[in-house]
Amino acid sequence: MKKGNTKKSSYYSLNYILKNIMNKSESTIARLAIVLFFIIIVGPLLWMVISSFKSSTEIFSNIWGLPQKWMFNNYIEAWNTGISKYFLNSVIVTVGTVILTLVLCSLYAYSIAIYDFKGKKLFFLLALCGMMFSPIVSMIPLYQEIQALGLYNKRISLVLVYTAYQMSMSFLLIHSFFKSIDKAYIEAAAIDGCTGLKVLGYILVPMSKPIFITSAILTGFYAWNEFSFALIFVKDDALKTIPSGLLAFQGEMHAEWGVLLAGLTISALPIIIFFLIAQKYFIAGISAGGVKG
Amino acid sequence: MSKKKVTPYLYIIPGLIILLVFVYYPIIKNVEYSFLKWDLFSGTKKFVGISNFIKLFKSDKFWLALKNNILYILLSLLFQVGLALVFASIIENMKNKKISAMFRATFFLPSLISLTIIGLLFSFIYKTDGVLNSILEFVHLGQFETGWLGNEKTAIFAVIAVSQWKSIGYTMMLFIVAIQRIPAEVYEAAKIDGATPSRIFFDITVPLIRDMLKITIIITISGGLLVFNEVFIMTNGGPYQSSEVLSTLMYQNAFVHGNIGYASAIANIILILSVAFSALQLMSGSKDDK
Repeated sequence: MKKGNTKKSSYYSLNYILKNIMNKSESTIARLAIVLFFIIIVGPLLWMVISSFKSSTEIFSNIWGLPQKWMFNNYIEAWNTGISKYFLNSVIVTVGTVILTLVLCSLYAYSIAIYDFKGKKLFFLLALCGMMFSPIVSMIPLYQEIQALGLYNKRISLVLVYTAYQMSMSFLLIHSFFKSIDKAYIEAAAIDGCTGLKVLGYILVPMSKPIFITSAILTGFYAWNEFSFALIFVKDDALKTIPSGLLAFQGEMHAEWGVLLAGLTISALPIIIFFLIAQKYFIAGISAGGVKG
Repeated sequence: MSKKKVTPYLYIIPGLIILLVFVYYPIIKNVEYSFLKWDLFSGTKKFVGISNFIKLFKSDKFWLALKNNILYILLSLLFQVGLALVFASIIENMKNKKISAMFRATFFLPSLISLTIIGLLFSFIYKTDGVLNSILEFVHLGQFETGWLGNEKTAIFAVIAVSQWKSIGYTMMLFIVAIQRIPAEVYEAAKIDGATPSRIFFDITVPLIRDMLKITIIITISGGLLVFNEVFIMTNGGPYQSSEVLSTLMYQNAFVHGNIGYASAIANIILILSVAFSALQLMSGSKDDK
């Protein structure tokens, strides 16, 4: 088994895998299926990256080859004609959403997990049942509300709405984590005179770092990629986040296909890199949630 | 236990306000709007009872959209549940852990990338003079070349295909997590008994991941009902509404035609259908909590 790991050629390893699976013909089909699917997944992405270095005409005339001339310029142009501001807006909205969600959910979860009070069950259910309602369904009333509250065309509208729809999941995660913390810690703290918010801040939160990270990743991922509200609530191009900004970008780029593809590649990179670094937390997050991002 | 009886309430107030204002209140408003005839552009409102719903059920476009959603659901179940499970099983059975980790991460990647990026990329690939058609020509299947997104018959399928491309890795990852919880001894015993991979799959893997199977089925069905982004970005319901789904129909009626009341009726239909499934998910999900 160690032999397969150190060999550079993955072809060798695939053969090695073959030998270890019992029924030869079934495993061949399985191997083929996986490899075929791998090509289907990687293909378009690879094509996107390679083509982003080509000139507009070359993209169609030389679909498969490497660029005759590497147009790094495409990337510079993409960045300068809009991608940079979409990036900034996405960062602002995402960070804002994550912070707001974590703060509100910690307070909420703290209250429900630690205190006893009338109506606790109802508030618990209210927080949880938020998960049942998809934001798409409420598109129209939300639009009206945002207009009425004077939040239209402001990035904060996105922060508030995203937080609202991420609260249930984050609450679920944080609440069950708080509940699993031994009450002894809290009682000991009370003896030392530490009560209320201090308990939350000095004891519960430091102990809950993993769940906070998972929750931050899930929330951040949602906020970063959210499209429909980003489209509807923010009109000014200068304030758009990446998902809706790219659509506008495409409209502006007319036939500058290379630049468009460069823009797409730049936009896709952060989340890919982030995932490769923080894989563990991503997977913990989605298996805890089981909800589509 | 706090001396001040009011502090726990104080802590939940900020979150509660956000939830009430942005999650619960809109639901109520949705119902209210659906009983009105309300023009977005002129602002005139009028109570019309259930006539929006009646008009909806009589509308061909509604049934076409619903049909497209059902197509979406069925194909998504096939790929995102069926195929994803098969792939998960194959990958988890691989002896070389580095290779399987590579496949896992690669397949999962598309589900992380923003739909706008994927939608625009595939709009490219589907172009008449684009990548897909050139591949078909290359493998001598040129007779299948078509406008894909511009062709009424293929548009919805082209969009559904993109959804599968993006999301198979996601459910596959969920299955992998579930399969990893199956103790290795179970598989070893089966292999000693001489079981073939497909028998192992059907008689051992599938029954043991039943809970995750339920969850992914429900996620996939909800996803098919609520789908909006892909369709909007790639075809906007076209050509000639052949790829319209319920949510884009709602968007069209609300923001393009300005028929708030009618659009809200659509929204309510989507809501009822999706809440039914979400409630199921909540119930089966909580069974899983250890």
